[in-house]
Amino acid sequence: MKLYESTVHELHEQLQNKQLSSVELTKAVYDRIDEVEEKIGAYVTLDKENALAQAAKVDAMIAAGETIKPLAGIPGAIKDNISTKGLRTTCSSHILDNFIPVYDAHVIANLRKDETIFLGKTNMDEFAMGSTTETSYMKKTHNAWNLDCVPGGSSGGSAAAIAAGEAIWSLGSDTGGSIRQPASFNGVVGIKPTYGRVSRYGCVAFASSLDQIGPITRDVTDAAIVLNTICGVDAHDSTSLPVDVPDFTKALRQDVKGLRIGLPKEYFGEGIDAKVKEQIMLAVEKYKELGAEIVEVSLPHTEYAVITYYIIAPAEASANLARYDGVRYGYRNKEAKSAPEMTKLSRTEGFGSEVKRRIMLGTYVLSSGYYDAYYKKAMQVRTLIRKDFDEAFRKVDVLLTPTSPVVAYPMDGKIAMDPLAIYMLDVTTIPVNMAGLPGISIPCGFTDGMPVGLQLIGKALDEETLLRAAYTFEQATDFHKAAAPLGGNK
Amino acid sequence: MKVTEKDVKYIAALSRLEISEAEMPKFTEQFNQILNYADILQKVDTTGIEPTFSILPLYNVLREDVPQEGVAHEDALKNAPAVHNDGFKVPRVIE
Repeated sequence: MKLYESTVHELHEQLQNKQLSSVELTKAVYDRIDEVEEKIGAYVTLDKENALAQAAKVDAMIAAGETIKPLAGIPGAIKDNISTKGLRTTCSSHILDNFIPVYDAHVIANLRKDETIFLGKTNMDEFAMGSTTETSYMKKTHNAWNLDCVPGGSSGGSAAAIAAGEAIWSLGSDTGGSIRQPASFNGVVGIKPTYGRVSRYGCVAFASSLDQIGPITRDVTDAAIVLNTICGVDAHDSTSLPVDVPDFTKALRQDVKGLRIGLPKEYFGEGIDAKVKEQIMLAVEKYKELGAEIVEVSLPHTEYAVITYYIIAPAEASANLARYDGVRYGYRNKEAKSAPEMTKLSRTEGFGSEVKRRIMLGTYVLSSGYYDAYYKKAMQVRTLIRKDFDEAFRKVDVLLTPTSPVVAYPMDGKIAMDPLAIYMLDVTTIPVNMAGLPGISIPCGFTDGMPVGLQLIGKALDEETLLRAAYTFEQATDFHKAAAPLGGNK
Repeated sequence: MKVTEKDVKYIAALSRLEISEAEMPKFTEQFNQILNYADILQKVDTTGIEPTFSILPLYNVLREDVPQEGVAHEDALKNAPAVHNDGFKVPRVIE
């Protein structure tokens, strides 16, 4: 097994036992980046010099006999909407392409305390608005399983980096599926924690009531390790929850006997690719074999989730993105003759078309005369979507669904042609954000050589049951061990 | 048609954005497509249903009023496109 294909937990042991140095490991991953980055395009910015200096520091700690943290000395990649002090953070947008943060996000501060290593910042849909990473202003990211296909999104770079061996672990953010869907498209593991589990301080705001940072990794154990470091209350984010953070690795037991797994019938209806469904049903059989009890449940308001999301998220985005005015940071049009004109031209030239579409949709649904019909209505339907989950979780411990109705599809700019058709594909991930619940995507099979992701949804703050169910399936199968071929006609 | 090109122009102005004449027809069409789809929400009876603004029980998070270090003045100016006398410089605001 190549170093760059290894997991955090394997490498940690080798580092601590002095079988491997962090400098050696970090160099091996950068060598891999040199080898494949041109094909994949996972990164917006690399930070090799600082990464190697940090690796040398960790090696010195180990040489001095210190016990290191599980992520110490292990190189990871950070989605480019998470603020890293001194390291360019662009949200893959022209409007921020020169932005260098003056403070660290809470999760970054936590990771630094654990002496981890940041390889660089990963490509994403502009401001996390998209499901293909194609709305990035910076570059295209390609799927490691077929270079002609999209990596999913919006955390496409973070997921592709894991699949292609360009990072050992990574962080993404998930507003409507942006961790889970790219994890699914790339055959890796991704978790969206319960809303409030992880501080959003320093995560560039898109839709504040939905955004959540989470890990993308090669296996469930690694995801639990990253969660241990990033979760916890933070005085800088009043929506971070003052609750204890368990040691998530303790939840990794192979045991689903008697676990009640719900299959929401609305997630298996029309619109789900038959081959994807087939793989999901095989996973259901596996869970049965392992002793879980399968129960059919209903989440009747599922069909309204997509449009509800595409009202609420743009509304919040239109307010959050009002800060890009060309005054304090970001791109500025230099020709404008007045301040209002400067703001208008800076925004018009600085934002891409998907971001403009969403800002304007949000402005419209919040505008006088339309607020009740669209925004208030959507907020009420959001309540009904939440209640559906409350009802289902009276009968079951976790829910099982496809992460996406489809596998990764060809890169052809469909988003520009027909945004609504692409929005509809988010139907399986969006309701989880609407209800603030934790969700995980794990690899569960392949169709035509492309990975299929299985989504498990848990009760609020019950990541532990989610991790246990995911771990049990993973240990009974080999899907997470398959290596991406980096093939295709690109 | 929920919105005309004139409406789109107005929404763009509210959003401090400009949509070019060339982009306008397609942009308006896609905008309408999404708003038309939103009509399915009218099928849902939401009488008496409280809106969800946040999934958390919202409350004020307070702390002792003790001065803390914030972002330093010079740091706050580091990303500014133009600076003048320790402040952000912008073009004329009032004619």
